[in-house]
Amino acid sequence: MAPSFDTLSEQDLHEEEEEEVDFSDLKSQYEVKLEEGLDTFVVIDGLPIVPGESRQKLIKFLLRKLNSVGHTSEDAVFMPLTDKNMSEGFAFVEYETPEQAVAAVKQLNGVPLDKKHTLSVNKLMDIERYGREGRVEEDYKAPQVEPFKEKEHLRSWLGDANARDEFALYRGDKVGVFWNNKSNPPENVVDRAHWTQLFVQWSPKGTFLASVHPQGVQLWGGSSFSKQKQFPHPFVQLIEFSPLEGYLTTWSARPIQVEEGQPILTYEEDGKNIIVWDIESGKPLRSFVSHDLAAGPPAEGDVQPKKKVQWPAFKWSADEKYVARMLQGQSISIYELPNMNLLGRTSVKIEGVSDIEWSPATVSREGIKQYEQLLCFWSPEIGSNPARVAMMSVPSKEIVRTRNLFNVSDVKLHWQSQGAYICVKVDRHSKSKKSMATNLEIFRVRDKGVPVEVVDSLKDTVINFSWEPNGSRFVVITTGEAAAGAAVLPKTAVSFFAPEKKGSTAGNFKLVRTIEKKTSNGIYWSPKGRFVVVATVHSQSSFDMDFWDMDFEGEKAEGEKDLAANLQLLKTVEHYGVTDIDWDPTGRYVVSSASVWTHSMENGWNMHTFFGNTLSENPTDKFKQFSWRPRPATLLSKEEQKQVRKNLREYSKEFDEEDRYAVDIANTAVVETRKRVLNEWLAWIRREKELMAEEKDAFGLPEDADTAKAAHDAPPAGEDQGETVVEEMVEEIIEETEEVIG
Amino acid sequence: MRPILLSGHERSLNQIKFNRDGDLLFSVAKDKIVCAWWSANGERLGTYNGHQGAIWTVDVSPNTVILATGSADNTVRLWNIKTGECVKVWDFPTAVKRVAFSPDGSKLLAVTEKRMGFLGTIAVLDIAYGDNLNEQADEPSLRITCTESKATVAGWSFLAKYIIAGHEDGSVSQYDPKSGEQVENIQAHEFDHQINDLQFSPDRTHFITASKDKSAKLMSARNLAILKTYTSDTPLNTATITSKKDYVILGGGQAAMDVTTTSARQGKFEARFYHKVFEDEIGRVRGHFGPLNTIDIHPAGTAYASGGEDGYVRVHHFDKGYFDFMYEVEREQLRK
Repeated sequence: MAPSFDTLSEQDLHEEEEEEVDFSDLKSQYEVKLEEGLDTFVVIDGLPIVPGESRQKLIKFLLRKLNSVGHTSEDAVFMPLTDKNMSEGFAFVEYETPEQAVAAVKQLNGVPLDKKHTLSVNKLMDIERYGREGRVEEDYKAPQVEPFKEKEHLRSWLGDANARDEFALYRGDKVGVFWNNKSNPPENVVDRAHWTQLFVQWSPKGTFLASVHPQGVQLWGGSSFSKQKQFPHPFVQLIEFSPLEGYLTTWSARPIQVEEGQPILTYEEDGKNIIVWDIESGKPLRSFVSHDLAAGPPAEGDVQPKKKVQWPAFKWSADEKYVARMLQGQSISIYELPNMNLLGRTSVKIEGVSDIEWSPATVSREGIKQYEQLLCFWSPEIGSNPARVAMMSVPSKEIVRTRNLFNVSDVKLHWQSQGAYICVKVDRHSKSKKSMATNLEIFRVRDKGVPVEVVDSLKDTVINFSWEPNGSRFVVITTGEAAAGAAVLPKTAVSFFAPEKKGSTAGNFKLVRTIEKKTSNGIYWSPKGRFVVVATVHSQSSFDMDFWDMDFEGEKAEGEKDLAANLQLLKTVEHYGVTDIDWDPTGRYVVSSASVWTHSMENGWNMHTFFGNTLSENPTDKFKQFSWRPRPATLLSKEEQKQVRKNLREYSKEFDEEDRYAVDIANTAVVETRKRVLNEWLAWIRREKELMAEEKDAFGLPEDADTAKAAHDAPPAGEDQGETVVEEMVEEIIEETEEVIG
Repeated sequence: MRPILLSGHERSLNQIKFNRDGDLLFSVAKDKIVCAWWSANGERLGTYNGHQGAIWTVDVSPNTVILATGSADNTVRLWNIKTGECVKVWDFPTAVKRVAFSPDGSKLLAVTEKRMGFLGTIAVLDIAYGDNLNEQADEPSLRITCTESKATVAGWSFLAKYIIAGHEDGSVSQYDPKSGEQVENIQAHEFDHQINDLQFSPDRTHFITASKDKSAKLMSARNLAILKTYTSDTPLNTATITSKKDYVILGGGQAAMDVTTTSARQGKFEARFYHKVFEDEIGRVRGHFGPLNTIDIHPAGTAYASGGEDGYVRVHHFDKGYFDFMYEVEREQLRK
């Protein structure tokens, strides 16, 4: 049985009910139907206790609040009095329609009436149902403590003796997790049909595998990939983990409709699109209605373009203490974790804000002692005000650096993985708006005053930019103007940049080399830096992958002597129809894949080494997704890592020995099986021949029962004619001339 | 291995067949004519004209006297190979998809289509090789009706002991050619993946089936045990067992109706060679620009021919390298 979300949740949610059949809930359901007339009533608690005389005053005061969500009147409010002519602190209210009553519960519950009193509003039926006598037990019964059950180790995969990596493979309707065995076929860990409905996703440190179902998100983990956590967001479409795996954001285009009896979602979540979950407890922290990104202005004659969903809607700071969301053009809301309260109770108003990015690591700026996280954002030109890129320190919300820019069409913010630099890619148009150019403005975050360096040697538009992970080099892809509607891709140019060598700090960024006339559009850095794959993906006509080494151990070109890079093309590999390229978390292997989600031609995945040697090709029907299991950060200190690097030769000797041994074993095994198979086959043939001879005897058939009677005019058979030589005469007219004689 | 290109048909090929001596090659296509070729140089010897519909199948009697063909015009015809005249016509209620002579040539089986209320059948016809070839029995000596899933292909085992048929639902069955009873039925291929071809080894102890499920199976004629499985990445139309060397050749490609919707690269219109015993793919021969519908091997194992949806027959005479190729374990075996 496939472990679909359906069956799991059934088991989980109804376990108790299966044990003892309790008909009372059915009964109560039945009763509710009789009481349908009370749908319009709500009960208001938490009112001040007033003497009978001021009752009308209180009711009038209360009505203002009550009428803000629906229609009711003075007559419809009933506030009973005690014998002592005092009110009791509650009132019954009848609305015109049941919908208004529901709205009152939703919106007025928890609303303060004055400083001392807070309203609590419930449906009359709910009070009947849940609070009726007998429903609440009189005596306290201590809840039963479940016996301790040992859980599977969530990081067991890291203990693999050969330090192999795992990956998830989604093809057809099956998802499997496999060990990578280099060029040998991968070893299966689990393979389940219908494991997910939409896609699978690893958590950022590899602890969980998330599957996405119409009922919600399911997390799996441990050595047997058992069920870990469940987040019932109906019709969820997109999910996002926080960087330290503490929280999960889920999004669905459909607003949530909370139904009664839902154990996890409450009225809080009704009508919302986004939920931020606490992974540990499995409970929603807070839910939101999603803001759509304003679509670009509709092109003439076009229909209004579809609104784009803003995703990830919530961006996490590196230590996941803060999460920020932008309301495009207006403000940034920063929430504090773990309680998801708005930082400082207000959003930061920034006119025109267009994009925000957190620093991917906690940076320490020079001269700054206190804790801070950096948030970078930009806003376009508005009226005569220039476009602005700014950096905000959180939690102080102080703007620590801004830069004004002119003639800006678009801006993209690219942080370096350690937060040491941020590159602001500025697309500029000329005054006539006819030609475009790109500036790269690089902020050195760690240096005093955050100096900015401008790299503006690029005439063409930059279509892709990528920093070396943990490094200070980057690759950009530029393209000339594309002819509108042209079928062929415009040619692109790939440029490599590196800082000048200048003592211990990185000097100015300089162009190392530009490779012209490419079609490349994707940049894929090794997670350990140094190696980078520049590829053409999602293309019909080209599908090349260039493997580059930025620190080639060989002769260096004369002109690049003072740059901190030695660029070398290692290999070019082609993979027809490639759509995705993924480095394994150790930077040893690269997988290129062609997914059926993009096209249905030659789907499958190929495994390459980091220098472009193809290890295996795996054409797979209906291949959808390949995903390496991420690894958490190393536990070794910097010194220990250095030590390992120093003694690499020693270690590699050991591993080479192991590899050779493994190959030897494998080869002998192959030869042995082949021998066995061949012998079995020969024995089978021999036995068949014997059986056939026996049968011929038994049936009294002549030796040549299977030979046909020769044709009447056939040449006499019998003597072996051996090979026949067919001689063929071919006459060819080489030349033809006509001569008139005489 | 330079192929000889035989271009005599105007439509897609359905079956090709070498005679037992291997000097002649017969081909039938959807264009209603039967062609006879010299296999050595690809010269066309002649045609046999008379069918009114696409010809699905052809077989040569083991003594190369009679040629049998089955067609969409609901007839099986016998031809005098030497003179080219049609010596006998049998009418059936539906199209004939496969004909095959028994090992000694005394019987001919014909597989008929299931259509218009008629169930698929396998009819057995007695063949006489008298002085006058026109003298043939008018009625089949046996009719096997396929009640469950219609037969698509069929052939004779060693000593004509069984008739073995491949079915539309991917199963293979064994019939007794005397009583017509089904002896065995095995779901050899994936359910509902039609078996498109079934060819015997020279000694008829085993045979190979090619199916839409992208695999070919080598099976025992005695008990229908699956001996080997050859998996490919494309639906298979045809498979044959080579003599002299232990190989099998598979042919197929994307279904003809889907070909125009994708690039030629996607089609996989190649003849694939697998090692019969080790099940490894050892080579491919490209050339056709449509799916391969039929492959036959020269009885001496020195050449093979393939016919494609593109209307061409390609005859390949093997090079020295083909005969020299051997696995290390085979070489060892040989030395012993």
